[in-house]
Amino acid sequence: MDERVVIEFQDFSFQYFSQAEPTLNRINLKIYRGEKILIVGPSGSGKSTLGHCLNGLIPFAYKGDMRGSLKINGVETREQNIFKLSKMVGTVLQDTDAQFVGLTAGEDIAFALENDNVPTAEMRERVKKAAAMVDMQNLLGSSPFELSGGQKQRVSLAGVMIDDVDILLFDEPLANLDPATGKAAIEIIDELHKKSQKTIIIIEHRLEDALHRGIDRVILINDGRIIADKNPHDLVSSPLLTENGIREPLYVTALKYAGVKVASDMRPGHIATLQVDRAREALAAWYNAIPLERREYAKPSVLKMENVSFSYDGLRPVLNDINFDIREGEMVSIVGRNGAGKSTLSKLLCGFEKEDRGAIFYKGENIREKSIKERAEIIGLVMQNPNQMISKPMIRDEVALGLRLRNIPEEQITGRVEKALNICGLSPFKDWPISALSFGQKKRVTIASILALEPKILILDEPTAGQDFRHYTEIMEFLVEINKLDVTIILITHDMHLMLEYTPRAIVLSGGRMIADTTASMALTDSRVIEEANLKETSLFQLSRLSGIEGGARFVQGFIDYERRLKAR
Amino acid sequence: MNAKMKLFSYNTADTPVHRLSGLTKLICFLLLTFAVMFSYDIRVIFAVMIFSVAILRLSQIRFSQIRAMIVYVLVFVVANAIISFFFSPEEGVKIYGSRHNIVNLYGGYKLTWEQIFYQITKFFKYFSVIPFGIIFLLTTNPSEFASSLNRIGVNYKAAFAVALTLRYFPDMQREYHDISQAQQARGLELSHKAKFADRFKNSLLILIPLIFLSLERVETISNAMDLRGFSKNDTRTWYTSRKFARADYVALAVSALITIGTVYVSVFVNHGRFYNPFV
Repeated sequence: MDERVVIEFQDFSFQYFSQAEPTLNRINLKIYRGEKILIVGPSGSGKSTLGHCLNGLIPFAYKGDMRGSLKINGVETREQNIFKLSKMVGTVLQDTDAQFVGLTAGEDIAFALENDNVPTAEMRERVKKAAAMVDMQNLLGSSPFELSGGQKQRVSLAGVMIDDVDILLFDEPLANLDPATGKAAIEIIDELHKKSQKTIIIIEHRLEDALHRGIDRVILINDGRIIADKNPHDLVSSPLLTENGIREPLYVTALKYAGVKVASDMRPGHIATLQVDRAREALAAWYNAIPLERREYAKPSVLKMENVSFSYDGLRPVLNDINFDIREGEMVSIVGRNGAGKSTLSKLLCGFEKEDRGAIFYKGENIREKSIKERAEIIGLVMQNPNQMISKPMIRDEVALGLRLRNIPEEQITGRVEKALNICGLSPFKDWPISALSFGQKKRVTIASILALEPKILILDEPTAGQDFRHYTEIMEFLVEINKLDVTIILITHDMHLMLEYTPRAIVLSGGRMIADTTASMALTDSRVIEEANLKETSLFQLSRLSGIEGGARFVQGFIDYERRLKAR
Repeated sequence: MNAKMKLFSYNTADTPVHRLSGLTKLICFLLLTFAVMFSYDIRVIFAVMIFSVAILRLSQIRFSQIRAMIVYVLVFVVANAIISFFFSPEEGVKIYGSRHNIVNLYGGYKLTWEQIFYQITKFFKYFSVIPFGIIFLLTTNPSEFASSLNRIGVNYKAAFAVALTLRYFPDMQREYHDISQAQQARGLELSHKAKFADRFKNSLLILIPLIFLSLERVETISNAMDLRGFSKNDTRTWYTSRKFARADYVALAVSALITIGTVYVSVFVNHGRFYNPFV
């Protein structure tokens, strides 16, 4: 057999015992030593299951029916055990927090060695070395609460590297990181690959971000089958991505809008390799033809913060002199790195905390004296994970909960619940148990349960986190519908696509201060804002620069306007 | 982080007490607890109490950190004293073999000097153990605590479970806090305005989401642990375990001496566990 093959799937199928259909269906795939592979696919495509098969969680932790053959380093995985496999395949999971089992970074890195009975003195040496590989050697004593998401991910990486595994598997490494940290993570993985020559497998649905650095092959999976196995340039030029619910890079979309036929000889796999010579004229013509839109918000103010400052301990300000004025029916995003004060801001708005200085006005009225319960009738908060809110087994009861707690007569409740369910497209399910719903539907239930209270303003914390393109579009289009009912929407987010496409206005926080209150297209093209807030420059901006179009922010805005008109049609 | 979060959490500082190995602290804690529990001699108990308070100062533990704990214990000890008086008001008389009445109470209860002396002794007994418990909890890194448990013979899986609980406890607290706020916004009343039965029912509205979130988390954690070889072998080593230094031997010796001292006083001075000032 070929020495260079490290992983080989042959007619491999897997079906969970709890599922009616196989999740992986006749997979044939070879991965060679030292390759860097990206596996993409929408939610439920089977890409995570494929990862579980590699690291041994299947069949050793998740049981099911396994057919065909999967060999790693020439041996069948089913004849191994999870511990032997973990010596060959090191896995970095997506939840940077929950996978951190140690109380300090050093301890977490040492975890695998502890389980191998490595003597303490030797262990400390090896931990130092592994930590140095990911530049964490000075933070070995830090607890998970002191580390950022990116740092926790590096700790996890050091924790698997310490065993000198051949294969590194990253399961959605970008899911919990802000844009700049995600970009850094892809860079670290790339440098590691270049230095160590290890085989690297990245599972991700955010294709453009994962392609920030070079990838040898992209495997596209859908419905448990391999749809494509191509280099990035070929894949990006093919129609397969959009057909299978993966968002193509934004710059590719822009090229297509401009009528350019994207072919693999333009090397469109990465923005850094893209050749735009042939597309320059078409792009300029397209861009110049987009009429400039003037948007004025003539509507009255609905929510206003005036010189608001806040601190938890009275010493360190978490929010410092925040001023903004949101008008009725706006859709605004609040962005900034972790710890910038975004969630504290929403806590102040909901009344969970009280501002130390300054004032918050709802339609011109200071709401300082309003209780949490009273504010909820004006401002509704939807938390990131629907499981943080759902506390009733039945959909109808969950949506009615807020009304019942307010002792509203039952006859009125029925009507309001029906209305909220209707808006959220949940009427067909109203008598269902919540456990039968998908994640996106659960999200809708939580939104419905807040809408039942008829708030004028809706705050959503990362509404699309962890969602693939189809679910993302579904949730966001649904929010647009709600927005049309004159509900003002405030989104707290890391997602730059979301910002660009759905919120005309972005409020950017950094270190408790407001560093920008502008259009999303301006925020994502201003290098000062990008750097301070840990954002990432949008590839549309890079495209405009590459093709010599002046005024990148206007180009980006043009793209958004064009796309919106396309959708409205 | 508010002060509540710090309630049971390990306090990082660099003091001679922090530098001791977790195993040393565990053994010292057990020895000293035994010593105080064994002796009913108030002189010995006072001596140990002064020692324990001195160590408490040495470990730089602030009163604000332990106030809540002290209050809980105080309530418990006082309740205990009252209840034990009503159940066996003659305990002191029985132990010391004499009777000095102070006053006759209702229902045939008599307050005696013996009973008062006995209960005061008991009160200080409890109160001299508490500083040791606090010192141990607040100066021992939880993983070091787990590794010490393992080294005195507790199964490592059970020992690790202790460390893991302490690792995720603050996460759970934060989660609880967030859920509770979100549910309050939906109209949940947690304050004293609500009736007790309602408050109980309402707290379920927070606990149910918390349980489901924890189950999600448990799956991730157990996968993460499996993937890095937890429970592969019958034994494991610990990154946090420390080699014994001179200070460890000194601490062990001091604790052992105190223990032997109390036993000596009981056997050769008092000829029993009780010190009897009434003869």
